[in-house]
Amino acid sequence: MSGNKQWVRITPVQNIPLREGRSVSVGGREIAIFNLGNQFLAIGGRCPHKGGPLAEGIVTGATVVCPLHAWKINLETGCAAKADVNPACVATYQTRVESGIVLIELPEPSGAEQGNSFLCGEQNWPASSDSPSNSPA
Amino acid sequence: MMQKLVVVGNGMAGVACVEQILKHAPKFEITIFGDETHVNYNRILLSSVLAGEKAADEIVLNGLEWYQKHGIELRLGVRILDVDSERKTVTGDDGSVTPFDKLLVATGSTPLIPPMEGVKKEGVFVFRNLDDTRCLLDYAGPGKKAVVIGGGLLGLEAARGLQVQGCDVTVVHLMDALMERQLDFTGGSYLKAKMECLGVKVLLERNTAAILGNGRATGVALKNGETVEADFVVIAAGIRPNAELGRKAGLHVNRGIVVNDYMETSNPGIFAVGECVEHNGICYGLLAPLLEQGKVLAATITGNRGPVYGGTVQAAKLKIMGVDVFSAGNFSEKAPGTDAIRYEDPALGTYKKLTVCDGKLAGVILVGDTSDSHRYTEWLRAQTDLTAVRRQLLFPGPGDDAGLDVAEMADSKVVCGCNGVTKATIIQAVHEKGINTLAQLKDCTRASTGCGSCTEVCQQLLKAVAPEFQEEVKKSLCKCIPFPEDKLREILRSQRLRSVQEVLEIYGNGVGCEVCKPALSYMLDMLWCGDHDEDRSARFINDRVHANIQKDGTFSVVPRIRGGVTSAKELRRIADVAEKYNVRMVKITGSQRIDLLGVKKADLPSIWADLGMPSGQAYTKGVRMVKTCVGTDFCRFGVQDSTKAGIDLERRLENLYTPHKLKMGAVGCPRNCAEATVKDIGLVGQEGTWQVVVGGAAGKKVRKADLLITVESTEETLQAATLFFQYYRENANYLERTYDFVERVGIEKIRRDTVYAPLAVQQGLRERLRKSKRIARDAWLEGDAPRHPTQFVQIEPLEKVPA
Repeated sequence: MSGNKQWVRITPVQNIPLREGRSVSVGGREIAIFNLGNQFLAIGGRCPHKGGPLAEGIVTGATVVCPLHAWKINLETGCAAKADVNPACVATYQTRVESGIVLIELPEPSGAEQGNSFLCGEQNWPASSDSPSNSPA
Repeated sequence: MMQKLVVVGNGMAGVACVEQILKHAPKFEITIFGDETHVNYNRILLSSVLAGEKAADEIVLNGLEWYQKHGIELRLGVRILDVDSERKTVTGDDGSVTPFDKLLVATGSTPLIPPMEGVKKEGVFVFRNLDDTRCLLDYAGPGKKAVVIGGGLLGLEAARGLQVQGCDVTVVHLMDALMERQLDFTGGSYLKAKMECLGVKVLLERNTAAILGNGRATGVALKNGETVEADFVVIAAGIRPNAELGRKAGLHVNRGIVVNDYMETSNPGIFAVGECVEHNGICYGLLAPLLEQGKVLAATITGNRGPVYGGTVQAAKLKIMGVDVFSAGNFSEKAPGTDAIRYEDPALGTYKKLTVCDGKLAGVILVGDTSDSHRYTEWLRAQTDLTAVRRQLLFPGPGDDAGLDVAEMADSKVVCGCNGVTKATIIQAVHEKGINTLAQLKDCTRASTGCGSCTEVCQQLLKAVAPEFQEEVKKSLCKCIPFPEDKLREILRSQRLRSVQEVLEIYGNGVGCEVCKPALSYMLDMLWCGDHDEDRSARFINDRVHANIQKDGTFSVVPRIRGGVTSAKELRRIADVAEKYNVRMVKITGSQRIDLLGVKKADLPSIWADLGMPSGQAYTKGVRMVKTCVGTDFCRFGVQDSTKAGIDLERRLENLYTPHKLKMGAVGCPRNCAEATVKDIGLVGQEGTWQVVVGGAAGKKVRKADLLITVESTEETLQAATLFFQYYRENANYLERTYDFVERVGIEKIRRDTVYAPLAVQQGLRERLRKSKRIARDAWLEGDAPRHPTQFVQIEPLEKVPA
C-alpha cells in the first residue's frame, strides 16, 4: 500500500441524517458515508455479495444491513458478518469533521488503487468492474 | 315471606357481596342505591379508561340485564342522605323514603383533600369514579400541563393515564419516596427513575400550599416557595372511609364502621362491607379483602352465620408505568428480630426485598419482576416456617416441583381478582369444557381478562390441570427487544412511546436491527396515527424513498390505478414519462397496474410530478390495490358492480399501512375473473348479495380465502371489509400476511371480533381506522416536500479528485 493519502472535503454534516447513510462518488470510487451520531464512518459503497447499494441500508449499531439480501457489513472493519466462503470485505476510509464538513481520506490518485483494507480485497463496484473479483457470490 | 334488603352503594364491594348473597337460598327482595349514574363497573380499571386503553362500557362488571335477571331494583343517581334505624328506613336526596328489614352499607370511600387553598377552582379534579375520569379526559390532551398531587397508587395511576394522553405531567408528593404504603425507599426510587425516564416529573417531599389561578387553576404553589405551572390539577392524596351513614344510624364508628369477624356492626339489622368498614382497626382499600368480607357477610346475613373474616394480609400486585410491582405484608425492617433479604439489579430495574421475622415471612416488595409473588403470598398466608428454604428465599432452588405453588393454593382462592374467578372455577372449566389454552380459559371464565396480573397463575394452573395444555407460543420479535409482538403493542399503547429509538432504549438494547426497527415503526404509526416521531432511519429503503429497490440499486415506480381502471389520457402521460426518463422497462403487473422499472433515485420526485398520479404503494407493507373485473357495466354475466365497489374500497383504504402487503379483489359474479378468492380481502358478487372473503393467497402459498360474512348491500360489504382490515392492522404481527393471521387466530374468532362484535367494538375499530385515514397522505407528496434535504438527492463532493 502506498502511504500517500489526501483528505477530501465531501459534504456538510447535516446532509447525512442520523443513523442513515448517503453515497458519494469521489475519485472514481463509490463510497457510503454513515452518520452514527458520535462519528461518521465511510466504507466502499457496494456490497461484496451482489453489489447492493450499502448507503441505502438500515444501520444497526456500527453495522449496515445491505438492502438487497440483508448482508451485514461492519462499518469499522468493512467486513461482512457471515462471510462463509471467502473473507468478504469492502474498503474502509478514515473520516473527520472540520467546521461542519465531513472529510474522507483517500489514497493519492497515483498511489495504490485500493483502500486501506489489508486483509480483504476491495471492489469498486460497478465503477471499476475490471478489478479482480473475489466476491463469494 | 321475603325480607327487604336495601344496599347503599353500587360499587365493587357492595355488588360483589350481593352476588355472594344470591348464591344462598333466596331470602331477600333487594334494592340497590347508587349515587353514580352507572351500573357496577371495575373501579380498578379506571386508569385504563383514562389511558384510553378501554372504553367506559368495557369495564362494566354487571350490566343492567344482571340486575333484571336477579329481580334487583336498581336506583341509580340517588344518594342516601339519612337512615332511621328505629323505623328502619333510608331517605334519598330525591326525597324517597325506603323501608328495609336489613340494610347493607357499602358506601366505599371519598377522596381525601389535604388542607390547601383554592381547591374549588375550575380545573381541579379528584380521580375516584367514572365521571371524574370523563372530566379528566375532557381536559387532557397533548401538551397540556397536569399536576398530580399525591404519589401513591392512585396518584401514579392518574399520572400514567394523563401521560399516555400526551400531557406533560408533574407528580407532587409529600413523602421522600413514591408509593410509600406499598414500597420502601429503594423500591420507590426504582419507580421514580422509571417514571422520569418516561418523561413524568416527580417532586418529592413537597407540600402543596395552594392552587393558583383566578377562578381557574393555573398552577400550584408549594410550601417551600416553588410554583409549578398547570392547566389542570388532580388531587389523589388518598381516600378516607365514607362512614357518615354509619354515624347517622348510630353504629359504632371509628375511622370506618366497626365490624366483627362475622361482619356484623353494632346493630343486628345493619351490615357494612368494603372500604367504609373497619375490621380489627384496619380499613382496607384493595379489592381482595373486600371480596373476602363479602363472602363472610353473605353467610351471616342469610342466616348461615359461621364463616369468619380474620383479616387479610394486604397485598397489591400492579403495574405502574409498565413496571410490575408487588407488595405484601409488613416490609418494615425496624421491628425487632426482623431480617431483610435484598436483591437488586439497577440495569434490569429489578428489586426484591423480603422481611423475615421468627423464621417466617413478614413482608415482600418486588419491583420489576413479580413472577414469584404467588409463592410469597402463600408463605405469608400460611405462615410457613422458612428454615428449610432459607437459602432459596429469593430464587427457588433447582428441581422445584413446578406444580407445587398451585397445589398449595386453596380451591376457594380467588385467582382473578378483577372478575372474581376462583381456582375451583378454573379447574371445573378445564374439566367440563376441555380447555387447553389460556385463550380458551379467558373466553370461558373471563379469568385474566381484567388487569392481567393473574395471567401467570392461570398458566400454571392450566399446566398443572389441563391434560393437553398448550403453552401459547410467544416468539419475541428479535434479539434486540425481548417481547412477543402482542406484548409490545400493549406496551406501546399504554406507554405512549413515540419513537422507535425511545422504545429500543427503554425496552430493548438501544440499538435495534433491520427486523425490529421497521416492525416498531409500523406499530407506532398504526397506534398513534401519525402522532409519533417518524424516524426514517428505522425504515427500509423502500419506505424512505417510496419506491421499490431493484437488484441494480435502481427503483421501480407504480402509480395508483384504482380498480385497474385507467384512461387514454393517463396512459399517454405514463408513456411520455417512460420516454422522458428513459425508463428501461414498462410492465403490466399482475395487479392490473403499470410498473416503470429502472428509475434512478434522484429522478423519483420529478417522475411523480410528471405522472400526476398518487403512489400505488407497490414498494411497501401497505394497501396495494383492488383488482376488479368489469362487473355489470359491460359483462353479460356480471350481477354486482364490482368495478365501482373495488374502486370505492381502494379509495377508502389507500395510503394506509398494514403489517404486510395487502392485496384485494372484487368480482361481479362467482366466475371470479379478478381472482378475489385468493386475495387478502375479496368481494365476491352474487345474485342479490356479496360475499366478503378474507385470508386468500396466491403467492408463496396458495390458499382459498375464508368467508367472513354474506351481506346484501354494497355499503355493508365495504363496511365488513374495512372492519376486517382494521382488525388485521391492530392484531397481526409485523410481516404476517392475512392468510397466516386468519389461520392463527381462527375465522370464527375473527368474525366474533369484527362483523359479529358488539356495536361499540365495531365503532372502536371504525373510529381508529378513520383516525388513521384522516392523517394518511399520498407518500409521493414528499417529492415536493422531502423530509430531508438529501432524501432523493445524490450528494456531490465539495472537492473533485481525479480517479
